[in-house]
Amino acid sequence: MVTISKVSRRDFLKVSGMAGTGLVLSFHLPSCRDGSAAPPEDPYMLNAWIRIAPDGEVTLWVHRPDMGQGARTALPMILADELDIEWPKFERHLLGAADPQVYGSQTTGGSTSIRTSWARLRQAGAAARAMLTAAAAETWGVEASSCRASLGRVVHEASGRSLGYGELSEKAAALPVPDDPPLKDPEDFSIIGKPVPRLDNPARVAGNLTFGMDVKVPGMLYACLARCPVFGGRVTSYDEAAARAVPGVRDVVEVQTGVAVLAESTWSAIQGRDALNCQFDYGEAADLSSAAIAQLFDEKAAEDGFATRDDGDVDIALANAARVLNATYEFPFLAHATLEPMNCTADAKPDRCEVWAPTQAPGWAAGSIAQVLGYAPEQVILHATYSGGGFGRRLMPDFAIEAAAVSRAAGVPVKVVWTRDDDMHHDFYRPASRHIMSAGLDDSGFIVAWKHRVVAPSIVAPLMGAPLQQAAGEATGGATELPYSVGDCRVDYCMANTAVPTGWWRSVFNSQTAFANECFLDELAHATGTDPLEFRLARLKDAPRHKAVLELAAEKAGWDRPLPAGRHRGVALHYSFQTYVAQVAEVSVEQGKLRVHRVVCAADCGIVVNTDDFAAQVEGAITIGLTAALKGAITLENGRVVQSDYHDYPLLRISEMPEVEAHFVKSNLDPTGIGEPPLPPIAPAVANALFAATGTRVRSLPLRL
Amino acid sequence: MPSIALKVNGESHTVDVDPDAPLLWVLRDTIGLTGTKYGCGIGQCRSCTVHMDGDAVPSCSIPVSSAAGREITTIEGLSPDLSHPVQKAWLAEQVPQCGYCQPGQIMGAAALLAKNPAPSDADIDETMSPHLCRCGTYQRIRRAIHRAAQEV
Repeated sequence: MVTISKVSRRDFLKVSGMAGTGLVLSFHLPSCRDGSAAPPEDPYMLNAWIRIAPDGEVTLWVHRPDMGQGARTALPMILADELDIEWPKFERHLLGAADPQVYGSQTTGGSTSIRTSWARLRQAGAAARAMLTAAAAETWGVEASSCRASLGRVVHEASGRSLGYGELSEKAAALPVPDDPPLKDPEDFSIIGKPVPRLDNPARVAGNLTFGMDVKVPGMLYACLARCPVFGGRVTSYDEAAARAVPGVRDVVEVQTGVAVLAESTWSAIQGRDALNCQFDYGEAADLSSAAIAQLFDEKAAEDGFATRDDGDVDIALANAARVLNATYEFPFLAHATLEPMNCTADAKPDRCEVWAPTQAPGWAAGSIAQVLGYAPEQVILHATYSGGGFGRRLMPDFAIEAAAVSRAAGVPVKVVWTRDDDMHHDFYRPASRHIMSAGLDDSGFIVAWKHRVVAPSIVAPLMGAPLQQAAGEATGGATELPYSVGDCRVDYCMANTAVPTGWWRSVFNSQTAFANECFLDELAHATGTDPLEFRLARLKDAPRHKAVLELAAEKAGWDRPLPAGRHRGVALHYSFQTYVAQVAEVSVEQGKLRVHRVVCAADCGIVVNTDDFAAQVEGAITIGLTAALKGAITLENGRVVQSDYHDYPLLRISEMPEVEAHFVKSNLDPTGIGEPPLPPIAPAVANALFAATGTRVRSLPLRL
Repeated sequence: MPSIALKVNGESHTVDVDPDAPLLWVLRDTIGLTGTKYGCGIGQCRSCTVHMDGDAVPSCSIPVSSAAGREITTIEGLSPDLSHPVQKAWLAEQVPQCGYCQPGQIMGAAALLAKNPAPSDADIDETMSPHLCRCGTYQRIRRAIHRAAQEV
C-alpha cells in the first residue's frame, strides 16, 4: 500500500539528489529533504499532488517527464478521475527533480510511468475526495456517508445542498489524511479508459512547446564541443586561436568530455568547434571494429554461460531428441537517434546549479551533477523540459553533467547543443548480440529441449558495476520468460564487453530475444509442417494471457482467411515489462523488395488509461521496431562509429509505414505499460512473414533479402 | 558582418549575421522563433521546414543571405490560433507524440495542400517521405492530411 502524506511546500518544492530508480536503474545517491529556503505552508494543498484554490481552481502535480509517451496527460487522468473533477478543468504543475520520498521514482523508463504511479495517484485522488467530502459533512453537520462527491462538488442529496471543492479546500486540507480512502470501482471511471487528447498537443501543433533545445535563459551562450571520436580517447591539443577567430565566438573551455566553444549563436559555436582542429590520443580502443567485436563474440560464446534458466538437463534432452535444430541470430548496435539531439542548458554558479534538461531521469541527472561537480544535492535545481524523443537515451545523465561542467568552467549560463553527428557518435548504443539456439523435437513434433545462449556486451555491468547475475538477468530478459512448453530448457549469458558505451534502447534486450525466440519457434513449426499459429497455441496451455493476445491478434488479422495474391503473413508473441503482445504482419516481396503492408497488434496491459495513447504507443513502438528490422545498423571502424547522420543511419519513412491496428484485451487488472512491449514482436513477425513469402530464413537484422 | 533584411511571418527583421549562416539558426537564435527545429543540419530529416515564397524548404540548408527579401513563413506564422486546416486536422487526429518533428511535418503538409488540395496517398508518400519521425506518427499524418484536404 502507498501512503499519501500531507506535505508542506517545503517538502514538495524541494529538489533532491536521489536517483530516479526505475526498473532498470539502481544508481543511487542520498536524498536531502531540507531546503535552504522554506516557503510558507500552503493551506490549499490537499496532499503532495493536489491543490484546490478557494476559487475552485485545481492544480495537479505531474512527476514524470514527457518525451512523447503522453505521461503528462495520462497521469493527471488518474488523479482527476479519483478526485472526481471535470476534465480538463485544472492546471498542471510539471515537476523537475523532486523528493523521491514524496513522489517516488520520476524515471521514465521500463514502461513504468503508469504502472508504478497507478496506486499512488489513485490513493492521492481518493484521499483528497474523502477529505473534501468530510469537510462538507462537517459543515452541514451530517454523516459523510450521506454525501457524495461529483465533478468538483460535494452534494448532500437528502437536503439538496452542495458545495464546490474550492469552498471546501481549506477546511479539507486541515483534516487528517485517511489511511485507506475508498477507491472508485473501475466501472465508475469517467476519464480513465477514454481516448483523451493530450493536453500539450495544442502547443506542439502551434510550435511553442518548449523542448530542451528551445530553452533560453538570460545571459546564455551557446556551446558546441569537440569530443574524441574514439571511445575512451581524449583531446590532446587544439587550435584555440582559430576557434576564437570565428565571429561570435566568446570563449573556449576544456571539460572532461572535450573542448567547448562558447558563442553568441549555435552556428558560431559549431563553426568555432570545427575550427579547433583537435589532436587526439585515441587510447586503447583505437583498433576496435565490428569485425573485432564479432571475433570477441566467437571467443566468449565458447566459454561457460551464466544460466538464468536451467530446467532439467537440456544437453541430455538434446542428445535424446529425435531431431535437433540449430540456428544463430545476430543483431547490430543501434543508435537511439531521437529527432531532438542531446542538449542541455545549465547555469552553474559556485553555490547553486540550475539546469534545464530534456531528461527521462531527472533525479539521476540532478544527483549526478551534484556528485560530479561537488554540489550539495539541494544546490542542484533541475527542470525537466519536454523531450524530442528519448527511447532510453535520455536516461543517461552524461549530457546534463557536461552542460553543467561547461557552464561552471566558463562562468556563464550555457546551452550545450549536440550536432547530429555528435549525437550519433556518442550515444549509449543498444548492444549488438548473438543468440545461439538449439531445440530438440521428439517423434511427434513436441519440443523436448530448448537452449538459448545470449552473447552480448552488458549495459549494467560496465555502467554501474553490476554483478554478472544482474547483467545476465538483463541480457536474457525475454529469453528466460519463454512461455511455451519446451521440455528441458536452458537460457544463459556470455558477457562480451567492448569499449562501445551501451545503454537502454526501447524494450532493451527484448528487442533481440523476442526475435530469437519467435523466429526459432517459427523454424520449428515449419520443420514439423505445422501452422505457426497452431504450433504456438498448442504450447501455451499454461499461459492464458499469452494465449488470449495471440488469439485476439489472429482473429483481428483474419489468420484463417486467405490473403490477396502476393501477400504473406507472419506472427510473433512476446511478454515484456509485464505486458503481453502478439502481432501479425502482412508483407509482400516484389522485385526483391520487402514491403510491410499491415500489422495487427493485440496487447494485454491491464486497464488502458488513455485508449488513444495506447494506440499511439503501439504505432510508435512498431515504427521503431520496423526501422530496426528493415533499415540501419551502427558499425565500428578504427574505434569509432561509422554512421553520422540520417543518410547513413536511415529511419523508416511515411511511404514505408504499414497500416497498424491496435487492439487491447479488456481488463480490470491494474495497468502495466505500453511504451516498450509492442516493439519486440514486430521484427520477428515480419521476418516470419518474409520466410512465408520466400522460403528463405534471414537470421540477422536489418533484414537483407 | 553585413546586415541582412528578412521578412518572417509578415514582419521585417534586419539581422547582422554571417551570410552563410543557415536560415534555421538565424530564425531560432537571432530572431527567437524556436518553433522551427534542428534535427540533422543536412536536409535529411526536414524538422526545420519553413515556407519560402510558399515552397517548403529545409531551413538548415538555406544560407540566410539567399532568404533575404523572400517571404518566410514559420510554424509560428501559419496561423495565430491553430485555425489552419492542417493544424486543426493534426489535433483532430492527435498526431504528435514527442512533437519535435511536427512543425516541419505541418509546414510540409501545408505546402503540399496549397499546391494540391486533394493529394492521393502516392502524393503524400512523395511529398512527405523526406520528413522523418522517430516516434512513429506517420499513419496519423496521412489521416490528418486527408482530413485537412476535405476542409481546404
